[in-house]
Amino acid sequence: MSVDTLTHSAHGAGDYNASESNWAGAKSPFKTSYGKIMIWYFLLSDAFTFASFLIAYGALRFSSPSWPVPDFVFSTAPFGIHNLPIFGGKAPLIFVTFMSFLLIASSVTMVRAVQEGHRENKNGVVFWMILTIIGGLGFLGCQAWEWANLIGKEHMTITTDPFGTYTESGTYLNEDGTLSSETFEAGEGYLLHKIGAGHGDDTGHASPYHKAGNYPGAVVDDKGFIHRKYKTADGVVKSQAFGPKAFGALFFFITGFHGFHVFTGVIFLIIICINVASGLYMKRKNGHEMVEKMGLYWHFVDLVWVFVFLAFYLL
Amino acid sequence: MSEIKIPVYNPDKFIEENGFDDHFHEHHHGDKYQSNFFTTYVFSLDHKIIAKQFLITGIFWAVIAAAMSLIFRMQLGFPEESLTWLKPILGKWIIVNDAGIGSLSQEFYYALVTMHGTILVFFVLTAGLSGTFSNFLIPLQVGARDMASPLLNMMSYWFFFLASLVMFISLFVSTGPFSGGWTAYPPLSALPQASIGSGAGMTLWLVSLTLFVVSVLLGGINYITTVLNLRTKGMTMWRLPLTIWAFFLTAILGLLSFPVLVGGFLLLIMDRSLGTSFYLSDVFVGGQALEHVGGSPILFQHLFWFLGHPEVYIIILPAMGLVSEVMSVHARKPIFGYRAMVASMIAIGFLSFIVWAHHMFMSGLNPFISNFFVVFTLMIAVPSAVKVFNWLTTLYGGNFKLTVPLLFAIGFVSMFISGGLTGIFLGNSAIDIQMHDTYFVVAHFHIVMGVAAFFGMFAGVYHWFPKMYGRFMNDTLGKIHFWVTMIGAYCVFWPMHYIGLAGVPRRYYTFDSFETFRHFDGINQFITVAAIITFIAQMIFVINFFYSIWKGKKVKSRNPWNATTLEWSTPIEPVHGNWPGKIPTVERWAYDYNKDEREFVPQYIPPREGEEMH
Repeated sequence: MSVDTLTHSAHGAGDYNASESNWAGAKSPFKTSYGKIMIWYFLLSDAFTFASFLIAYGALRFSSPSWPVPDFVFSTAPFGIHNLPIFGGKAPLIFVTFMSFLLIASSVTMVRAVQEGHRENKNGVVFWMILTIIGGLGFLGCQAWEWANLIGKEHMTITTDPFGTYTESGTYLNEDGTLSSETFEAGEGYLLHKIGAGHGDDTGHASPYHKAGNYPGAVVDDKGFIHRKYKTADGVVKSQAFGPKAFGALFFFITGFHGFHVFTGVIFLIIICINVASGLYMKRKNGHEMVEKMGLYWHFVDLVWVFVFLAFYLL
Repeated sequence: MSEIKIPVYNPDKFIEENGFDDHFHEHHHGDKYQSNFFTTYVFSLDHKIIAKQFLITGIFWAVIAAAMSLIFRMQLGFPEESLTWLKPILGKWIIVNDAGIGSLSQEFYYALVTMHGTILVFFVLTAGLSGTFSNFLIPLQVGARDMASPLLNMMSYWFFFLASLVMFISLFVSTGPFSGGWTAYPPLSALPQASIGSGAGMTLWLVSLTLFVVSVLLGGINYITTVLNLRTKGMTMWRLPLTIWAFFLTAILGLLSFPVLVGGFLLLIMDRSLGTSFYLSDVFVGGQALEHVGGSPILFQHLFWFLGHPEVYIIILPAMGLVSEVMSVHARKPIFGYRAMVASMIAIGFLSFIVWAHHMFMSGLNPFISNFFVVFTLMIAVPSAVKVFNWLTTLYGGNFKLTVPLLFAIGFVSMFISGGLTGIFLGNSAIDIQMHDTYFVVAHFHIVMGVAAFFGMFAGVYHWFPKMYGRFMNDTLGKIHFWVTMIGAYCVFWPMHYIGLAGVPRRYYTFDSFETFRHFDGINQFITVAAIITFIAQMIFVINFFYSIWKGKKVKSRNPWNATTLEWSTPIEPVHGNWPGKIPTVERWAYDYNKDEREFVPQYIPPREGEEMH
């Protein structure tokens, strides 16, 4: 918080006695303009909104008997990057790592924009704000790809969650109902494939099923999801079930709500960037304070992402 | 006893000599916003006009919501009497049987109860009370020209107006307004097919309340910032009148709790329109299982009551602040235990965030968790009792006339004690097994946050009316209003304790089919008659209010109540920017009554040589 904003409280500098307490009136106790205090309080209230969502997430997740494994759900990236040999064939979360990096990097560029604002360097502010906007748009683009992949290719929606987790170990059945050599352990994730679709870009094995019905090796439901059958250790044959509905709903709602914050942030970044470029803030008494307020919002959105990331991708 | 001379102060002289020059009038900012009728009275940026807009909208809603209560009270008290005469207003909601007896339709009974609660809790006692007085008093009493952001302040009112409009429209949709109770618990609120009000009525209800929360947040951010940043020179936090402390803490509570309500609402909207299952699981409608699985209706209750409990303090804290101020001025005594008053408000505000589940003892909550909430709930009795004793000791030995504002302030304390004591019953999870969802609960919260908050509001309106409109409200009508309301309100709610203890459940449309409750018919009729009389007394207030705006006795002197706070140092009709010249500098706390040989000492009077300051 810079000292120069002190003189721009609504009452002006006045003739206050510097030796008096900051709380003695006629000046801001936090040496901060009213606008910045307002944005802080707005962010505080917004934090409570996000907190309510994350608490709802916790409540529903921990009342659910199983939960999809993030390393399995979020293991794809565009262009098959996750399959590159440098990752040794296993690169879960590589894509979300990249998009998180973009957002965090855009926070760094925002810090530089605010700094240039304090130096009253118009061109510097514009330069760093444009980089921030690019970072924000990049994040949104990544989110769009991730959503498109989850919805379009993996058929996860707010009401359907094809990602399940085994609660016991077992062995898959073959198409003809005989025991196969494929086994799995408790805690492993699976994806219910739809007829004629694969997991992400993994379309290696074509599905033998074409319409709903109960087959020796799988159950195909009315919506076209193939529930493979398996035999558990104690010899019971079961078919794969859908994952908890709440997963899809919470994922799309909370990342969507956060994405909406990023989106409005980008819009405001563009407006403020245009204002900076036009020299509007050079004429104002409080200089580039608007850039600083924007920066507070942007860092907040970033910070919220850290928690969303933690909840959906790491835990 | 020797006659105490009441000193006459000339604020202009002190402000000119000693005031604080903020160069406000050199810039003329704001004046261009007050240039014509629209910018002065409609889209005004002036906090005083915005306050009056909140107040009058609040009065409008209070009359509607109170009238609603009369309609369902008539149905409850006199189920055999015909309500056919209401058909011109209520139309198809009055069902006339073969014998020609008209009665309220059952669906609309629930809609009326729901709307009565929603409107009074949110639109009247939140917006109408804290919106009015925070706006009116914060800039005037802290010594500011206006709110920190007049624009956000104006938007706060207009968002409230939009919320009101949407709610008003919902009263007229063909399926009726929402009818699942003001708490909007799922599944009634989440499934449009659950009841007729759960469809369009509920959609409008959600839209309206979401707009309302925007209004509260815009207002709250403004109030907090104004109190922190715009206090005039010398106005330390410990010199703030208790009204300002109350509004400040109220705004903080609102800012931290309303966003959680919005969070809960957004998830509810998803469940309603997009088929998610946040709050729904294993629901059967007409024998058919719905697709929703995995959700939890209790989750909504947690999110709702995380707002819902602080909300009752959002309602009562401003009333407490107004009552403290009015009591000190009219009893001509410093408020007793000023710092204890502030500390107890902070304690109440803090505790209000960790007691929400005492509304959910019967929801299947783990009894061990209930213990935690019982302890914190009962702890609220401590700061509340501190406040009550401080009010009583403020009155003790005071040299007062029973003016109308003081009567209402005393009435507030009476109501707060009566309703607060029953709160101790209900805060115990064991006793709550018997009391839950009975008329005992209805009696408790109506007295402690309904009537008490209204009394605080009335005290405030009668006291600050001269500052708002430059005229007095009629004293005789005011006294009639007070006594009828005081006695009437107790007659309405006191008997409810008895029927509640006997187990009569709330929210029931009729008790005809319960032999056990038949002997309460007389009490039910008595309550209804008392409610009608109390309502008529409120009409006296409304008439008095609007009559006095134009025809009331004019205020001749700047400080008619001989109060110490800064708003009475402004001109009788305060200008835009409140003070025509400099802003007064504050030299002392707000409660110097009967100090030394002086009857009262306003806050802008500098200390004398050797004067002992508070």
